[in-house]
Amino acid sequence: MSEHSTYKPANGVEKWIDDRLPIIRFSKEHLMDFPTPKNLNYWWTFGAILAMCLGIQIVTGIILAMHYTPNVAMAFDSVEHIRRNVNGGRVIQAVHAVGASMFFAAVYIHIFRGLYFGSYKAPREILWIIGVFIFILMMATAFMGYVLPWGQMSFWGATVITNIFSAIPIVGDPILQLLRGGFAVDNPTLNRFFSLHYLLPFVIAALVVLHIWALHVPGNNNPIGVEVKSSRDTVPFHPYYTMKDAFAMVVFLIPFAWFVFFAPDILGHPDNYIQANSQVTPTHIVPEWYLLPFYTILRAIDFNVLFIDSKLGGVIAMGGALLILLVLPWLDRSPVRSGNFRPMFRWFYWLFVLNFIVLTYLGAQPAEGIYVLVAKFCVAYYFLYFIVILPVLSRIEVPKPLPASISESVLGKAHA
Amino acid sequence: MDGDHTLATHAEKPATRRDFLYVATGAVAAVGGAAVAWPLINQLNPDASTLALATIEFNLSGIEEGQSVTITWRGLPVFVRNRTQAEIDEAKAVPLSELKDPETDEERTKPGHEQWLVMIANCTHLGCVPVGESGDFDGWFCPCHGSHYDTAGRIRRGPAPLNLVVPPYEFLSDTLIQIG
Amino acid sequence: MIKKKTIIAVLALAGALFAGPAFAQEEEAGGHGAVHIDKQSWTFAGIFGTYDEHQLQRGFQVFREVCANCHGARLMAFRNLSEPGGPGFSEEQVKALAAEYQIADDTVDGGMRPGIPADRWPSPFASDQEARDANGGAIPPDFSVLAKARGVTDAFPFWAFNYFTGYQEGGVDYIRALLVGYHDEPPEGFELPAGRFYNDYFPGHAISMAPPLFDGAVDYVEAEGEAAVPETVDQYARDVSAFMMWMAEPHLVSRKETGFRVLLFLVVFAGLMWATKTRIWKGIEH
Repeated sequence: MSEHSTYKPANGVEKWIDDRLPIIRFSKEHLMDFPTPKNLNYWWTFGAILAMCLGIQIVTGIILAMHYTPNVAMAFDSVEHIRRNVNGGRVIQAVHAVGASMFFAAVYIHIFRGLYFGSYKAPREILWIIGVFIFILMMATAFMGYVLPWGQMSFWGATVITNIFSAIPIVGDPILQLLRGGFAVDNPTLNRFFSLHYLLPFVIAALVVLHIWALHVPGNNNPIGVEVKSSRDTVPFHPYYTMKDAFAMVVFLIPFAWFVFFAPDILGHPDNYIQANSQVTPTHIVPEWYLLPFYTILRAIDFNVLFIDSKLGGVIAMGGALLILLVLPWLDRSPVRSGNFRPMFRWFYWLFVLNFIVLTYLGAQPAEGIYVLVAKFCVAYYFLYFIVILPVLSRIEVPKPLPASISESVLGKAHA
Repeated sequence: MDGDHTLATHAEKPATRRDFLYVATGAVAAVGGAAVAWPLINQLNPDASTLALATIEFNLSGIEEGQSVTITWRGLPVFVRNRTQAEIDEAKAVPLSELKDPETDEERTKPGHEQWLVMIANCTHLGCVPVGESGDFDGWFCPCHGSHYDTAGRIRRGPAPLNLVVPPYEFLSDTLIQIG
Repeated sequence: MIKKKTIIAVLALAGALFAGPAFAQEEEAGGHGAVHIDKQSWTFAGIFGTYDEHQLQRGFQVFREVCANCHGARLMAFRNLSEPGGPGFSEEQVKALAAEYQIADDTVDGGMRPGIPADRWPSPFASDQEARDANGGAIPPDFSVLAKARGVTDAFPFWAFNYFTGYQEGGVDYIRALLVGYHDEPPEGFELPAGRFYNDYFPGHAISMAPPLFDGAVDYVEAEGEAAVPETVDQYARDVSAFMMWMAEPHLVSRKETGFRVLLFLVVFAGLMWATKTRIWKGIEH
């Protein structure tokens, strides 16, 4: 990477620092001069938007932790105390709660952008895999955060989701007790979830550093999926992409602010304004919207497969739905990255997007009647897409001719 | 066509217009940053439930002459003492020249209510709560480091530098005070 | 070609973003999803909505004289009643009101003292068990955030519009409907358990709460210059629902005011950022 460096210490002090900790050189290379394909579209701004989301969640989260009490007797009231009494608390709490939804909205866009433009393909497999781990950690963090207000959905969500571990043969129940710190979800559970909810975002931040490191070795993918060939294909990251990303961030903040100030509770569930009660289960337990697709996959397996009972089967399917992303780079062997040049892939891709939206919808519906049947088809397609469709397409699809380079592509566009 | 990516390519553009746009954008960003920073800091300030207890009322009618009670105000212990005439006389008799932190008894009480002494009950040395009706000056004695206070709560001997602090308070009626 | 794809992608993602939460929301009303609840016009609805001080004062009167006999509001402090954006009582009024109530306090002789504005609203029952015993086995729910703990279900696709209108009044719509939804006799064939009352809107229709309101139950203290308000169940239900919304969301007005400033700022800033970005990218083919 150092070949991009044009940094010359401006004076003796900078030189002294540069010889010991070349942090100015590093920043200049990676935050300013980094050669970035000049044809990136707005879907590529979501990486920066996600970094902003993580920052917002960490800052507001640290503030909320200053006023929150992780105790079953006081947690619910302490969240209301934040909303009612703490200076600016209503808005800070709303930013954190809405922020979780916005974070997931952005991460889904980011993931689906990667899926369409083949950003997971060589030489970016490790970049992709780190991203999958970030996504899984995000889900764990969000789930534990949702438990903290100690409303009815918090409690029953925690009960249902921790019960997933009881599906593991033999060691399931001991693991369950270990996780909950008791025989049911109770004060020890709340306390440890608070601790982990505070810890995990920093683990995510560390993984984000690795994610960016892994990005900066091969450099960005781009909408045509043709690697950078010369400096004519790139622009320095600053000011071109710093400003483009900053613009996108501000635009992203507009719907964010809309929810925070004008509909702060619309993304949550009214039942979570009822304090947790271990004696009464809400009629429908619905996870937060961003977990719904995976919740549907969990519920869809209601039949035994050989020696695997339906409960374990559901857990395996849900885990598999996430873990299969890890091997995606080796399932899709097509040499062409971008979906723009893959006529057959495109159809299956958009069907996959639609399928994912339907999975989300089904997660909020009662598990009965037609919904169960549709869920099974959707789950089947989810897995078929990765296991069968992508490998087969790699063999049979005839891609469209690729432009020779990014420069040629953008010039062609300009002349068209 | 676009071989040079540096900003220098734009140099032929009217510099003032470009500069104005950049300066305006930067200024608006700075304003936004400040507007976001303030609530993040302000949330550290005492919240509404704490501020609601910043001013309290206290009814004196239950305290007999020669008795004192300790109440809580802003999280601090506060002595309220109904002094005997002997204590008042003793406090008034002390010449200011003998005091480490010179204050008259009148300055430490409210006119017409001289029998009432209201003081924050933390020793001005390192914050312990002194013991009442003890010490060499018949007032308070701090067992932690040996500070002696007189019957007006003034420091007479020991490491404490200042008299026991009189909080802001006023009489709403003969038997009702408002502290804070 | 590119344009068309982009539009499809935007639509699909927008669909995913808004539909996902909407699906979750659709189930919110739980068991009473099947019953249609009429949406009311509330002064605090919509992005410009604010509370009507007089309505909150009337609602408080209904709450105090009727509801508070059984229902607590443990998160509401007396002082809240004089805070901006609320019922607008004066500090003196609130002080006098608080003093009418006895507050449990371990630090005073006898364990009880008159209330002060900083105190929270005292619960009518000392414990859940006492509440249950006094109410035929059902605990009257605390009112503090009840208006946000209930909701109504909108049919497909109307819930999707709620994300753009900011509809947050499902709780009060439900509460108002519940209060006017009593019948003296259950419909034919409906088995009403002993000690229960028939209500059109309560999940399962058999509610433990007796009809709390009747015409003329509360004699409204009219504020100066205020037109006479009908003393009917319907009016009481509206007023107390509005009051409960304020109790659950006391900072609604200032939140929206801040929101306008923030949105205005973001739109201006986005415009400037767009101009800056465009200026910087000028001359770069991309």
